[in-house]
Amino acid sequence: MVKLVETTDEILLADTARGFLDRAAPIAHLRGLRDAGQVGDDALWGEMVAMGWAGVLVPEAQGGSDMGHAAAGILAREMGRTLATSPFLSTAVIAATALRQGVDSRSGDRLNQIASGQLRYAIALDETSKFAPTMAEMQARRDGNGFRLSGTKRFVVDGAQADRLLVLARTDDGLTVFDLPAGRAGITRHVTPAIDSRDVARIDLADVAATGDDVLGKVGDAMAVLAPAFQAGQAALAAELSGLTSGVFGMTVGYLKERKQFGVPIGAFQTLQHRAAHLWCETEITAAAVLNAGRLLDTTPDQAELAVSLAKARATATAQLAVQEGVQMHGGIGMTDAFDMGFFMKRARVAAEWLGDYGYHAAIVARHRGF
Amino acid sequence: MAQDLEQLRTHWRAWLETNCPDEMRDGPASEADICWGGANWQFASEAQEVWLRRCASVGITVPTWPKEYGGAGLTRDEEKILHQEMKRINARTPLQSFGIWMLGPALLAFGSDAQKQEILPPIARGEIRWCQGYSEPGAGSDLAGVQTRADDCGDHWVVNGQKIWTSYADKADWIFALVRTDRDAPKHKGISFVLIDMHSTGVSTRPIQLISGASPFCETFFDNVQVPKTQVVGQINRGWDVAKYLLTHEREMISAGGALMGGGRALGAVLADSETGNSDPILRADAMRAEIDGLAFGLTLERYKDQVEAGGSVGDASAMLKYAGTELNKRRQELIMGAEGSAALEWEAGLPGSWLRSKANSIEGGTSEVMLGIIAKRILGLPG
Repeated sequence: MVKLVETTDEILLADTARGFLDRAAPIAHLRGLRDAGQVGDDALWGEMVAMGWAGVLVPEAQGGSDMGHAAAGILAREMGRTLATSPFLSTAVIAATALRQGVDSRSGDRLNQIASGQLRYAIALDETSKFAPTMAEMQARRDGNGFRLSGTKRFVVDGAQADRLLVLARTDDGLTVFDLPAGRAGITRHVTPAIDSRDVARIDLADVAATGDDVLGKVGDAMAVLAPAFQAGQAALAAELSGLTSGVFGMTVGYLKERKQFGVPIGAFQTLQHRAAHLWCETEITAAAVLNAGRLLDTTPDQAELAVSLAKARATATAQLAVQEGVQMHGGIGMTDAFDMGFFMKRARVAAEWLGDYGYHAAIVARHRGF
Repeated sequence: MAQDLEQLRTHWRAWLETNCPDEMRDGPASEADICWGGANWQFASEAQEVWLRRCASVGITVPTWPKEYGGAGLTRDEEKILHQEMKRINARTPLQSFGIWMLGPALLAFGSDAQKQEILPPIARGEIRWCQGYSEPGAGSDLAGVQTRADDCGDHWVVNGQKIWTSYADKADWIFALVRTDRDAPKHKGISFVLIDMHSTGVSTRPIQLISGASPFCETFFDNVQVPKTQVVGQINRGWDVAKYLLTHEREMISAGGALMGGGRALGAVLADSETGNSDPILRADAMRAEIDGLAFGLTLERYKDQVEAGGSVGDASAMLKYAGTELNKRRQELIMGAEGSAALEWEAGLPGSWLRSKANSIEGGTSEVMLGIIAKRILGLPG
């Protein structure tokens, strides 16, 4: 039976992650990278790999720890709390889940390399400004025994640092996923740092050659591989957003207690108390949805779609409320670059769009609920 | 463990299949169709009576209470299995009762052995209907401000005063009430929790007509009512401890009820069945948001139940459940009225009653503002 409480192991995992991230990747770390014009930190990812985080969804036979989606969510949540930047979601969650769908010797090797930190992945998916995987137009036209891919992918998260790309393209038989090395001839990456200072790239494919060996799963059956991978990513991203929310909320409540106006802490004002209390209620309710999504992906993944969309929608909305209230309650200082609040607000906006926004997921919930 | 639970599932599935009358495999058609029990209870149907008796005979009107007090002695895990199996055949809750939701848990925690043995089994069997005497005119959310007084007369108390918003007092057999037993003590310290027979000389009630046209609430008056001292629960002057404990259960009950009101149907299905609801884009979008929030709230209730079962406690977070659950129900009821349009505007439609009734959700059992205050001060630690 699914239990919506964390196990002793999960609490330990969260504590360990929190201790590490507070030391190695506080928000100041992200600020430092931004100021230096960098979008990633190989050393930080290396430490995460050493702790087994890269293998969280990799089977033990392929060298992973296979801790499951609830555990991946806990790691993502803790990373969200300090806005730690890493290719965790793209590589360890999304790509690993995609590669697990029918492991053969090639995907098995790659899972091994993900777990050991030798491979970083990105998902080259969107062509328009909204997440709409089944609408991909990029053509992979037949060329002898192989394919030729041309077109542009936008909003490729972790795309600049990735060693390999999962590219979604349209073949004569339907949508197909290609697992390509990022350095293959014809691939050009444009680093276009997003507002949250993290790795987002635009990727051009100009007559890129691919063979049947480059196809992940079956030709024309991309969603068999990608649907579980998206759900894994969406659930983990929802967890990241819930961590982000608790990070903002902690800052805001701390400020309410310490900032004085009219001779009293502003947290004594009922208006602000009630708004803070409402926000806390929203965070609690979202936490249940996030944990439930991870649990269902671990126990009954074929029935997890509703739970995952519920979690992503709720987490998106709650994070949005938390950053808006965070800035407002901090007053002018909340708007300054010197203060960390803006980093939360920008990350929340990017995460809201990635892998489906509120409306995208609300529509999925609605479909399940008879609308 | 898991295997035992599966055996239990098989057991309850077979028991329910044999014992749940067909008429009880559907939600109540109206308020009048809900079984509340009590000394003067008139069953709405033979099936309702049969269902209550059968459930009470195996302790599942109160599944987690000890067997000696009329329960089935189930763990929360086992209770969950039972509820899943009941839900599977849409079996109706056999008995609704303030005795089950509020007084029972308080007695299990604070009552004497004699009180538990005497009072709990009739609650489990649906024989005695209880009401709650907390609120008073002028007290409102400031519950510890109660003025109803109990004067010490040796072996008994004499109670004088007035309660208000006493739900179903006109139909109840007994009342559990907060009375002031020490007027000199600080206001939280001079209150006792007493049980009073509604048939005692000097007790009278008067229903309060509400905007919904119904009157679940009453005013209740005590005029020199004699109450034996054995009918105090917990220590004299320490009734606030009992009251607080009970309020936690009340908030959980109201919030769970909030999510279930309106039949607990998916809003999508409600809209789809309405004449125009599904084609109105604003209504549809609002309903989708409410559906998302409602589902997440349901999971929050599950999460808190699991926490309690794992040895934790809900504590002050019950204020969140109460606040979020009741606000959510108000949203639901507004959306349902909107979806039904002019068809919902006739009293006969039944809907306006639920809609208007829901407006009291965020007032009764502590207002939404009081709940937010509890969260701000006790959970977030914001300054007083």
